Amino acid sequence: MPPVVTGYLLLLTFGRRGLVGAWLADHLGIVFAFRWTGAALACGIMSFPLLVRPIRLSIEAVDRRLEQAAGTLGAPPWRVFLTVTLPLALPGVLAGMVLGFAKAIGEFGATITFVSNIPGETQTISSAIYSLIQTPDGDTAALRLVVVSIVIAMAALVASEWFARRATQRLHGN
Amino acid sequence: MLRVDVSKHLGEFSLQVSFSSEGRVTGLFGASGAGKTSLINMIAGLLRPDRGIIAIDGETLDDTAAGLHVPAHRRRIGYVFQDARLFPHLDIRQNLDYGRRMNGLAEDPAQHKRVTDLLDIGNLLDRRPGKLSGGERQRVALGRALLAQPRLLLLDEPLGSLDEERKVEILPYLVRLRDEANVPMVYVSHDADEMRQLTTQVVMLKRGRVMAFGGPEVLPGAS
Repeated sequence: MPPVVTGYLLLLTFGRRGLVGAWLADHLGIVFAFRWTGAALACGIMSFPLLVRPIRLSIEAVDRRLEQAAGTLGAPPWRVFLTVTLPLALPGVLAGMVLGFAKAIGEFGATITFVSNIPGETQTISSAIYSLIQTPDGDTAALRLVVVSIVIAMAALVASEWFARRATQRLHGN
Repeated sequence: MLRVDVSKHLGEFSLQVSFSSEGRVTGLFGASGAGKTSLINMIAGLLRPDRGIIAIDGETLDDTAAGLHVPAHRRRIGYVFQDARLFPHLDIRQNLDYGRRMNGLAEDPAQHKRVTDLLDIGNLLDRRPGKLSGGERQRVALGRALLAQPRLLLLDEPLGSLDEERKVEILPYLVRLRDEANVPMVYVSHDADEMRQLTTQVVMLKRGRVMAFGGPEVLPGAS
């Protein structure tokens, strides 16, 4: 689904007059429309599919035999999941989080459609760069943001590699 | 007392086994493919019988006619696997403590010391499983199962993945375990010598059927 479509559906559902949005605003005082919370919701929904796959794969890759061993030691299934499966799936969970984060940094279409492009409130780094490019003499500022986004992306990648390596070492029992 | 009367189909293979054992150590003896591991997995609750009953000390754990199946984590049956299966993300101390934590048992330093002394693993506590030798790993697996305070201990060829030298190293620990730990055991092996040294009762399996049942004298070939 194109991001703009997702953004528009979010607006219809979670907007002030949307089915869910109106209820949340009236009963719980939670407003998504044109707030940073809405931008977060849009980024979360857009990055969710990217996040799920590596996490699911790494959970499935955990050795069933270790989970059985935990069961024979008295651990009910939910505790097996928390004490064995999840820690052993950690590298994949981290990889999924970094992918999700990268997608959220780049998020543009859904966010701008749902919560517009309000500086200091709903502007993502991508929509800020877009606005600056549209502004006369905005090039320098835009380039500055380009550098910032590259640095953030690289740092996230390095951090995730480091975490994943640490986690893998742990998993091999060293 | 352990009472087993079960049948199970696994693809082409069919298992049909019935015995009652009072022995402190019940041996399941047979060649590979005889159904030993399937049977022990059923006792542990990891595999459900198609039909039949499994009971221990009068408590029924499986009764297919009554639709009863107690899941593995509620059986309080310890299991030492051939491949140890220590948790790689935990150190030895945490591995040993796992069963106690999961069963909500109070800390018992005296019992902890007794078990670590019995198995000579007190010096390994801060290490990780990846840093241990095969024999050490198997001793830790024994300790981990014992410290969960099981009412029955299943040992599935615990010496199977070790070379001759290591076997000789571990066997005395198993004998000590039998004589001092006070937990009835089911010992699975295809090695008649091991069986003779450890077991008090033997169930001989062949292609999923009980061929003989009795004392260690039913084992083939005196050594």
